[in-house]
Amino acid sequence: MSLLEGADLTKIYGDGCESCRARTGDSAGTNQCPVCGSVVACADVNLSVAEGEVLGIVGESGSGKSSLAETLALAADDGGEGESGSRIEGEIRYAGHEGNLLEVDYETRHRLRNGDISLVHQHVRDGLELDFSGGGNVAEKLLSAGWRNYEAVRERVRSLFEETEIPVGRMDDPTHTYSGGMQRRVQIARALANDPAVVVLDEPTTGLDVSVQARVLDTFRRVQREEGVAAIVVSHDLGVVRLLADRTLVMRHGRVVESGLTDRIMEDPHHEYTQTLINSVI
Amino acid sequence: MSEFESAPASTPLLAVENLHKTFDMHALGDKRVVGLEDVSFAVERGEFLAVVGESGSGKSSLLKCLYRTYEPSSGRVLYAGPNGTVDLASCDDRTVIDLRTKAIGYTSQFLDEIPRVPAVDVVARPLHEGGMAVDAARERAEMLLSRLRLPEALWEAYPATFSGGERQRVNLAQAIAPKPRLLLLDEPTSALDPETRAAAIDLLREFLDDGTTIVGVFHNRDVVEAVADRVVVLEDARVREIGPVEAFDREVIA
Repeated sequence: MSLLEGADLTKIYGDGCESCRARTGDSAGTNQCPVCGSVVACADVNLSVAEGEVLGIVGESGSGKSSLAETLALAADDGGEGESGSRIEGEIRYAGHEGNLLEVDYETRHRLRNGDISLVHQHVRDGLELDFSGGGNVAEKLLSAGWRNYEAVRERVRSLFEETEIPVGRMDDPTHTYSGGMQRRVQIARALANDPAVVVLDEPTTGLDVSVQARVLDTFRRVQREEGVAAIVVSHDLGVVRLLADRTLVMRHGRVVESGLTDRIMEDPHHEYTQTLINSVI
Repeated sequence: MSEFESAPASTPLLAVENLHKTFDMHALGDKRVVGLEDVSFAVERGEFLAVVGESGSGKSSLLKCLYRTYEPSSGRVLYAGPNGTVDLASCDDRTVIDLRTKAIGYTSQFLDEIPRVPAVDVVARPLHEGGMAVDAARERAEMLLSRLRLPEALWEAYPATFSGGERQRVNLAQAIAPKPRLLLLDEPTSALDPETRAAAIDLLREFLDDGTTIVGVFHNRDVVEAVADRVVVLEDARVREIGPVEAFDREVIA
């Protein structure tokens, strides 16, 4: 049994029309509907993640990776309606909940996002309050889940800082004084705070120096394996996915064009686009 | 539906049947490259089968097809596991992942190192993740690195800075540490000096005595003659000959 499954996931920005799906995608060479102008960020995506498994999603900018990641992390705030002007269709099934996660009420969504499925945002500013302390950013997640005892919260934050290799002595400093790599680790600490079953990482290393990237990835890899948490890792960087993912999906123009074991995708790519992607690695 | 059928104890551990692998290179006008053509052979439990042949004859392609790093185009790779027989050529990805974790090891001649992980942990971590206590895993890792003559000063260093031969020792130690039932080796000793190669041969012999089955690509005839039971010779993507190691001229092997 899979832990998390997505079936026919589709996200469309704009009004949408009957031609949207047929006139976009890999064969059409675009994700914008030529009839109504809507953007089909992703369409008909099917995927599943097992307990403790890491699923990679690769593709170039605009291929729909982040839209898919946000959809899976229930990041859109109001049921089937996404942020203004977008629509989400399909089903998300989760082992810890009955029914389609795209149809749950606000409170259930809030609870699942705080406990079961957490998102590490691509942009630090979307995930952290930079004026708050690093410890405060992590504590906020615990408070949302109902933690109330001050000492218990501080102790948990301290242990999460240690686990993700952030200097505990910096816990009470404002997050904007942290380096980029530390901010990324605060996001990871925050995402892990309530022992989620699944963590969704959207471009976990973008904007970081190579040495800092390696440290963030190694930290996440170690914690992910020790805790046995499942993860969905979205990246345009094949190296990131190669290092972390057991299985990988390749996206282009909002569609999954190929999927398989990560080493098989890297060494025996079948789809023309995957072959181009692999051959383009510098 | 079960992926497993029960297998009698006499079945070979691995039975490769009519294995084909072709690559379609889309960037080259859909040029089709043949990697393997109608390859069949069986490997008995506890046997060491050496794969030899010239560069480009399909040796690495064969090992990658067995490990599913390459997806076979047709044919079967029947693996007789403790819970029954699995066709590695067609079973689902999660079954492959599970078998790689528990039963099938693979190593190439190049170490796929992880940034910032010291040599000893490259070997110890998978053991720990497989359930062994941290101390026991590190102890086993150190024992293997020491037997493969990796200087103790390098155990806590990052393999990214190692020489080819040093990396190969870490690589080999990592592959054999979990004692897989089936070990696939792609030239794991090509960069080793003769003494280290002899140490590697000793280790592999012990593994065979413990019941591990090995399919290995080797260029050094001393390794093949010291440990292999049988030899399969590949030529132009096909099996040219297969037989006991004694039946081959030394020229064929090296």
